[in-house]
Amino acid sequence: MIDFLVLAAEEGAHGGSFSEGGFFADTAGIMLISPFVAFLLIIWLGKRMRNDGAEFAIGAMAVNLVWASVLFFQNMTEGIVREVHFEIANIGRFQGREMIFELGWMVDGLSIMMYFVVSFVGLLVFTYAVGYMHGDRRVPWFFAAFSLFAGSMLILVGAPNLIQLIIGWEGVGLASYLLIGFYWEDLENVKAGNKAFLTNKVADVGLILGAILVGMSIGDFSFPAISEAAAAHSEALGAVAFAGGLLLFFGAMGKSAQFPMHIWLPDAMAGPTPVSALMHAATMVTAGIYLMARTFPLYQAFAEENGIREWMIPIGVITLFAMGLLALVADDIKKVLAYSTVSQLGYMMTAVAAGGYTAGLFHLFTHAFFKALLFLGAGSVIHAVHSNNMSDMGGLRKDMPKTFWTFVIGSVSLAGIIPFAGFFSKDEILATLDYEGYVAYMWIAIAGAFVTAFYMTRAVALTFFGTYKGHGHPHESPAIMTTPLILLAIPSAIAGFLNIPGVKLGSFGNFTEWLGARIVPMGDHHPEAIDWTLAAYGLAAGLGGIAIGWLLYGRDAETQLARDRLEIPLLYPLLRRKYFIDDAALGLVGFTGGPLARATDWFNTYVLDNIVNGVAGAVRYAGRFVYGGLDQRGIDGIFNGLSAVADSAGSSLRKLQTGRVQQYATSVVIGALVLVVVVVILQ
Amino acid sequence: MLVNQFLVVAALLFSMGTYGLLVRRNTVMILLSVELMLNAVNINLIAFEAYLRTSEAIGQVFSIFVITIAAAEVGIGLAIVLMIFRNRQSANVDEYNLMKF
Amino acid sequence: MTFADWLSEPVNWVYLAIGAAVVASAFRVVTSQNVVHAALYLVATLAGTAGLFLMMSAEFVAWTLVLVYIGAVIVLFLFGIMITRAPLNVEPGLDNPKARPLAAVVSLSLFVLLAYTSLQAFGSDQLTDVGTPTDTVTLAESLIGRFVLPFEIVGFVLLAALVGGITIARRDLTPLEEEERGAV
Repeated sequence: MIDFLVLAAEEGAHGGSFSEGGFFADTAGIMLISPFVAFLLIIWLGKRMRNDGAEFAIGAMAVNLVWASVLFFQNMTEGIVREVHFEIANIGRFQGREMIFELGWMVDGLSIMMYFVVSFVGLLVFTYAVGYMHGDRRVPWFFAAFSLFAGSMLILVGAPNLIQLIIGWEGVGLASYLLIGFYWEDLENVKAGNKAFLTNKVADVGLILGAILVGMSIGDFSFPAISEAAAAHSEALGAVAFAGGLLLFFGAMGKSAQFPMHIWLPDAMAGPTPVSALMHAATMVTAGIYLMARTFPLYQAFAEENGIREWMIPIGVITLFAMGLLALVADDIKKVLAYSTVSQLGYMMTAVAAGGYTAGLFHLFTHAFFKALLFLGAGSVIHAVHSNNMSDMGGLRKDMPKTFWTFVIGSVSLAGIIPFAGFFSKDEILATLDYEGYVAYMWIAIAGAFVTAFYMTRAVALTFFGTYKGHGHPHESPAIMTTPLILLAIPSAIAGFLNIPGVKLGSFGNFTEWLGARIVPMGDHHPEAIDWTLAAYGLAAGLGGIAIGWLLYGRDAETQLARDRLEIPLLYPLLRRKYFIDDAALGLVGFTGGPLARATDWFNTYVLDNIVNGVAGAVRYAGRFVYGGLDQRGIDGIFNGLSAVADSAGSSLRKLQTGRVQQYATSVVIGALVLVVVVVILQ
Repeated sequence: MLVNQFLVVAALLFSMGTYGLLVRRNTVMILLSVELMLNAVNINLIAFEAYLRTSEAIGQVFSIFVITIAAAEVGIGLAIVLMIFRNRQSANVDEYNLMKF
Repeated sequence: MTFADWLSEPVNWVYLAIGAAVVASAFRVVTSQNVVHAALYLVATLAGTAGLFLMMSAEFVAWTLVLVYIGAVIVLFLFGIMITRAPLNVEPGLDNPKARPLAAVVSLSLFVLLAYTSLQAFGSDQLTDVGTPTDTVTLAESLIGRFVLPFEIVGFVLLAALVGGITIARRDLTPLEEEERGAV
């Protein structure tokens, strides 16, 4: 039953051969299990522990970090490619091939990077949460759900096949729902949780359909098989690469909050701040990018012939630019960071979609550090001033020096200022777009960099400079909260040096090579050296954004708020209402939940009666319209008539959702009958 | 004996159960009808077992599972009925209309 | 095979008798206007079903059915009927008369469909080897062997149903009562 499969190391970017990784790769599954053990222990013993069970959560993450670090180091020196899987069940035959349901873990460059990010950021955020959540409601449950969150993400990134990935994917969705709605006493938070869950569910349909399509067409759900089929340009896959790829991309759009399915992420701020930090940095939103990277050969191998990139890149580009603008008008500091995350996810998605496997993932890597840092910094500020609104902050740099300095480091890193991490990773994305010939998109990305720098400067200025506008006297947070900030500030500052194009760190190689440890070489382009012209454009955009932001908000304290209230007609309301996308989505949900459901019930129950009535009504309205339109009202009559039809149809349909279970049951039975009859007839 | 003679009885029981499910107002009566339907399924399982004669008596094993689950279902179902009855002083489903939009 | 051939086997007379009883009492279960009668008709249906099981050489299941259903489940139902204060005599409001025609049509077509498909599928196939009952050892080996995981899961479901049933049916104290308890 147990079947250890060690894949033959093939020639790749890492000097030709990979190792199997030894003990730590054999036992990497511990990382996937330990958070769930912690979850159970917290549920069981959490209330009795001194720190409400945080010990277990932190312990699990610490164990994971040990494993992830060792693997990361091993991967630096020798390059690991290994897949361990266990056969769980035979799910039947399809086109003469046995379809096997397997669980296991993947240990290769990509998943080791993700293990490391999740464990490292997770450990720091968990530690921080001990201080942040101290004395809050339901702390054991918080840590239990938090462990579940991290554990599901590890299941997802460790998945050797699409099915396990979906299991982890849904686990992440569930845990995020629990955590976003953590303060469920307020209806707002419950709604935010529902919004996140439902938006993700819509996208999940794409993921599941895509997984079925891709898995069925090559007869195997495992990633190595998919990668190999793609690399071999297999016939079966070629036919579905476009549809399957787009469906998977649709799934990724939901989790990674790409336009227009980004609407859940800003609302997800309703959860406690550590949740936001973990969600925005390491888990959840990176899942979509990870999925794209994991199935990268599927996109890369057929990109030339099916033109799938032309569909995906615009989504990423819209996201990175338009969502960045929204961060300019938000008053809630967490919303600023949330829109910033959406925008940065746009960068990653654009990069991966344009064929920049390494570029997108490197940005994911650096972004994880500085965005976790920024969120934890924001949490520290919120902890001190007891408000999310920047209009209640200001002048905090003297009161909270550690938070201030680490927040600044995170901000300049995000703004892409040399030599901080964000500069190098953003530059690589620009280089990828330039190399692949998407010059127009590249300029939008540069404009996005300007916007990024602008809103981060605004956030820093409004929070830490000027005069204090809130109540009470803010204090620096305790050491258990500031230490994670400092520990995150270090990689935020220097992680960029891991992947300077053309520079290798002695015998360790560089990030590009570590990520290249995959069964099938990714075949993406690696520049030999930094293109300094391009870097200069990016840097100029970043510096320009900082300069403008500083000019507007930085200097004198009194006019800060007044300037922030500066409302450009048309654009300001558009941004404030978030381009009306939320309203549109809500309307759609309202339509399916209300009128559509009622209409369905109507068809089931009272078909005959209402056809008669409907015909009569339509005739009557037609008559009235002819009369009114011809006689007196002219064009007005059309609109009156139409709205009257809609109104009366709506109110008559409203009565048909009776709430009687048996009427529903009748419909169910009839529906089943019809289906069976159809099947019988087709046979 | 034919397979079909048992299958037809099962079909009759099943459709009668459906009828009861759809017309009864009293919740306990609805549960009775559901039992009828489950029983029809059991007859089918046993008939197929007697037809195919699997070496592991799979049909019978599953009919035991069905019986067990049915017992659990009655327990929970009656508990729910009891609860609703306490709150609404009625056991009639058409008076439980909170599921309206 | 003609109908006369079929009827010449004496075992089929037994079948006809039991089957007719099962169907007739099942019909009364769903049409009877007396709640207690309906429950008792269900007993008759189940007893008949157990008889059918015996004919199909499933002895163990037949007796399980008798023990579990007639012994336990029906008692539960009678309790349910008592506790919900259902009228014990003939009660015209037991059915929803408006739903009757549609339900009749639906269930009739359901029957036609089921009967049609099984007639199509099995024609005049005979049951195999009806004389030898499945021995309990086989059943037990299968239940504790190949199907041990489902068996355990079903056991767990039963436990969960037990706990859930108690939790749901337990009456929460009103604030006033709670105060009184607290005072004691």
